[in-house]
Amino acid sequence: MRFSHMMVVENLTKKFNDFIAVNNISFSVRKGEIFAFLGPNGAGKTTTIKMLTTLLRPTQGKILLNGFDPLTQQDQARRSFGIVFQDPSLDDDLTAFENLEFHGVLYRVPKKIRRERIEELLKFVELWERRNDLVKNFSGGMKRRLEIARALIHHPQVLFLDEPTLGLDPQTRNHIWNYIKNLNQKEETTVFFTTHYMDEAERVSDKIAIIDNGKIVIEGTSQELKTKTNTASLEDAFLILTGHTIREEEVGSLGRMRAQRKLRRH
Amino acid sequence: MQTIYILWLRQLKRYFRSKSRIIGSLGQPLLLLTALGFGFGPIYQRAGGGNYIQFLAPGIISMAILFTAVFSGIEIIWDRQFGFLKETLVAPVSRFEIMLGRTLGGATVAIVQGLIVFFISLLIGFKPINLSLLPLTFIFMALIALLFTGLGTAIASILKDMQGFQLIMNFLLMPLFFLSGALFPLQGLPKAFTLVASMDALSYGVDGLRGTLVNGTHFGLSLDFLVLSAITLTMLIVGSYLFSKIEV
Repeated sequence: MRFSHMMVVENLTKKFNDFIAVNNISFSVRKGEIFAFLGPNGAGKTTTIKMLTTLLRPTQGKILLNGFDPLTQQDQARRSFGIVFQDPSLDDDLTAFENLEFHGVLYRVPKKIRRERIEELLKFVELWERRNDLVKNFSGGMKRRLEIARALIHHPQVLFLDEPTLGLDPQTRNHIWNYIKNLNQKEETTVFFTTHYMDEAERVSDKIAIIDNGKIVIEGTSQELKTKTNTASLEDAFLILTGHTIREEEVGSLGRMRAQRKLRRH
Repeated sequence: MQTIYILWLRQLKRYFRSKSRIIGSLGQPLLLLTALGFGFGPIYQRAGGGNYIQFLAPGIISMAILFTAVFSGIEIIWDRQFGFLKETLVAPVSRFEIMLGRTLGGATVAIVQGLIVFFISLLIGFKPINLSLLPLTFIFMALIALLFTGLGTAIASILKDMQGFQLIMNFLLMPLFFLSGALFPLQGLPKAFTLVASMDALSYGVDGLRGTLVNGTHFGLSLDFLVLSAITLTMLIVGSYLFSKIEV
């Protein structure tokens, strides 16, 4: 049974001092599945992704990613996935091409293949013409597209997307999702993503899990979720399951810095 | 090897692309070299010390390396804040390789900065005596650069943001520089001062550069080399340990 699973998570817990960010969650994602991981702000989505992608050590629990344990088989696990983080993670002082080249070298993709893939991916995200421009001159949407291209250079089995379409216009969102869908069908790439756009989750995902206060409250297809909650839309189902209270996410010095940086730019 | 090379290359590209940073960080050494060099020159001469620029230039070269190296190391904080650090940390590359590539890159940048100040000091009137010892000078420059890039990395691994920057500047870098004998001879100073200076790692770097460029060392070249190498090694180990503990 495990054989067809790309990701198996059992009793995963993460505590920061006394605060339990992720509380004993279990779920599995099948190979080739598009899995939406939804939840209000501060529910534990990003913390879970960080544990799945070797950035954080779980307090407890087990993870298998493409058959590898991210704790003990770090490099194999890392080679298995590509990730687009919630916040920008490009080097602004390098060009688009250099950012991808840097990634390809770190993932030890041989030069010839690397150059071919970079060209192919840059053309796909329509940034080939801008390949020699510094990333600091790119718009938010262009940066996002570049990050998605970057995450695919080493042909990962799983693609993690943490709010990939945040702040993008409908055109760019559509374009990006079409590509991911296409990739999912052609290459059987498993996709694990978070989003706050319920219509997006409904449209593209095969399966949905909703996490709130560190616990998974429901899991199933969009149709199953609506049937169980007796609602007409995923958004209504989401609100019934997680309540109407507005959550506050802690903004550390990081958030402040980014805000300042944005101000300076404009 | 290739991963270390690309990390090294990235540091260099970033450096050579920010012309304002290169020029900006040359301002201070240039000012000190001319203002102090010409300002104190006559007094230094009358006190029997000889040509002050000859004495001062190695100290100012060390300073340029010190500051550039620490700031290159500290750049990790920016990488963390602007997200790029995550990209390197999820790659199938060990933390040690990342730290090594970055440190070599930062150190190379610091050496380049040191060489620029060296050439500027030649224009101002500095004349190295032992041209045959220049390779040794270069080794000392590299050691200073590695040591303080490692220090910068260690600091950046502990600090979460740039809030502590002033603290580091005023309570670490400035004392390291002013107490190192970069500006004045360590001979005949109060005992306490000599003691403090002998605990300042930069003192050995300054002394090594002075010894190889214009003779006249305080600790002796072999002691300079031994102490500096030992501290550099320690600093790199501490730096990579702290870097390996970073969680984002």
